[in-house]
Amino acid sequence: MKIGFTVGGLQRCSVSIAAAAVLCVSAHAQILINGAGATFPAPIYTKWFSEFRSVDSSANINYQAVGSGSGINQVTNGTVDFGATDGPMTDKQIADAKIKVLHFPTVLGAVVPTYNIPGVTGEIKFTPEALAGIYLGKITKWDDPAIASVNKDLKLPSENITTVHRADGSGTTYVWTDYLSAVSPEWKAGPGTGTSVKWPNGLASKGNDGVTGLVKNQKFSIGYVELVYAAKNKLPYGRVKNSAGNFVLADLHSVTEAAAGAAKSMPADFRVSIVNAPGKGAYPISTFTWLLIPETISDAQKKQVLVGFLKWALTKGQDYVEALDYARLPKEVIAKEMKEISLIK
Amino acid sequence: MASSTFIHSAPQTGVRGFLRRIKLGEHFSLLITFAATVTILIIVGLLIYELASNSGEAFHKFGWKFITTSDWDPNNDVFGALPFIYGTCVTSFLALLIAVPTGVGAALFLSELAPPVISNALTFLIELLAAVPSVIYGLLGIFVLVPFIQDHLYPVLKQFSFLPLFQGQFYGVSFLSAGIVLSVMVVPFIISVSREVLLAVSTDQREAALALGATKWETTIQIVMPNASTGILGSIFLGLARALGETMAVTMVIGNTPKISASLFSPGYSIASVIANEFGEASPGLHLSSLILLGLVLFGLTIVINAIARVFIMATAQKGA
Repeated sequence: MKIGFTVGGLQRCSVSIAAAAVLCVSAHAQILINGAGATFPAPIYTKWFSEFRSVDSSANINYQAVGSGSGINQVTNGTVDFGATDGPMTDKQIADAKIKVLHFPTVLGAVVPTYNIPGVTGEIKFTPEALAGIYLGKITKWDDPAIASVNKDLKLPSENITTVHRADGSGTTYVWTDYLSAVSPEWKAGPGTGTSVKWPNGLASKGNDGVTGLVKNQKFSIGYVELVYAAKNKLPYGRVKNSAGNFVLADLHSVTEAAAGAAKSMPADFRVSIVNAPGKGAYPISTFTWLLIPETISDAQKKQVLVGFLKWALTKGQDYVEALDYARLPKEVIAKEMKEISLIK
Repeated sequence: MASSTFIHSAPQTGVRGFLRRIKLGEHFSLLITFAATVTILIIVGLLIYELASNSGEAFHKFGWKFITTSDWDPNNDVFGALPFIYGTCVTSFLALLIAVPTGVGAALFLSELAPPVISNALTFLIELLAAVPSVIYGLLGIFVLVPFIQDHLYPVLKQFSFLPLFQGQFYGVSFLSAGIVLSVMVVPFIISVSREVLLAVSTDQREAALALGATKWETTIQIVMPNASTGILGSIFLGLARALGETMAVTMVIGNTPKISASLFSPGYSIASVIANEFGEASPGLHLSSLILLGLVLFGLTIVINAIARVFIMATAQKGA
């Protein structure tokens, strides 16, 4: 432990001499906390952990973006102090886990359909039936009535659709397939929901950038990427019909509205999917991302830091999320989570 | 012979202590080199043990069906590795098909025919190619090679669509693209090692052949090549080993679709790519276990191909003699 503190202190000394002088003199005991998990929320978590230092100078939180699956693995085996995931743990994973963990939603994200159709510049409107049909391989041409009938203002070509999906296991795929399962019984019975599934057809590439690259290379193709990524890279993406029958464009507001719509029926453990959530303006392919905190933390100092961090992230921390293109949590959810924090022993 | 006789017959002189020290040194160096060898054995042993023990769940469930079925469905816990094995073999074979004539041809030119100045300069450049990280080759593949194949090579190969090799829709990412990228990665190894081997053939042999009236080319083909053949085959299998295990560059241009198709235009998948892609998010249990079993399969595949190579080399060596 002591060696850890000294090394941490030395590192900081080399980063900034002025700050290090203060830190080294004050000789605050550093509490090193390790976490691992989802890549999708990594930018906001990194920002949070560095901002939180100004609130609690003893907190030294280290996060490895190794993927949701690894995050669940590591926290339930006790090799890290907390985990993070884009898809809630399954009942089986909870039953198999050595350590009992609590789910805390932190921010919201969304997945959008992006496409490359030469000559079409407008936003394409997608019905749930059209998206499921395209990815099942049932709808093969862009001018299929299922797409064309709601896009009368666009001239869609009679060309074959090439679908693109993620090759790596990912939370993005989890949300996308979760949505397709929610709206299409055939998808649910076939490929189903998961971080990687058996795709009926199409090409695959690694990461949001890989999918985007393939979509750009392939004329008449469709793929899916995180909203954050699509917005940053100014990719074209379509509107999706929600459960209220409106075609909604994904943005920070419509994603938060989806979470608010789902908040009423939120289960006590927060393991909930908010795809196809009720609400007039709710974007249907939205999701929470969760921190996984062990229910029992034996080290009192670590517990104090983690609880302090959670409370801060759910209140002050929410002010940082929109600058990084994440949607903030609705008030209803934050209120429920504040109660759950007291369960940590 | 003479010196060893001297050492053994003169143990009683004043240099006795010195000799003893040399002898100790002998033991010491023996010990160090032996330990180094044992380390390698231990690493290989641990590797196999770890792969085997962590893939037990998948092997127990699927047995040999794992390598003969082609369903890969993580959601329903069904795993069959055939499309990945097929993709690995096809892309590696295609890579060698292109890289061997190019690589051996270039090595012959550099060692036998080119003036030394040019040979040294070119060899330096080729060895630089071998040091380029594979992700760079993957990026070049996506941004340069795939569009080039799509615009220029595909229209030519399409003319041969009576062959099953060149049928179906072409997306750019395919067995063909992966094979070509791999061949570019493998060529520097083949050139570099082959050239060294060719240069190691003794000058006496060349001079003797030339003295008997053989032309430069006849000397190269009939005298130098047979002498260097074992080493050249070695360089080819070094290249093959790289092609079999290559991950990043392949995954970027192969399309990542677990499909078995005779057409080189079709997208596919390779063993190393699927492990790299799915390992991070694989849920503990059968999925993870199956990915580790895939690692063992790749290990086995490499051993089998190497064994075939040894037999092949021995057969040709006997024929040569």
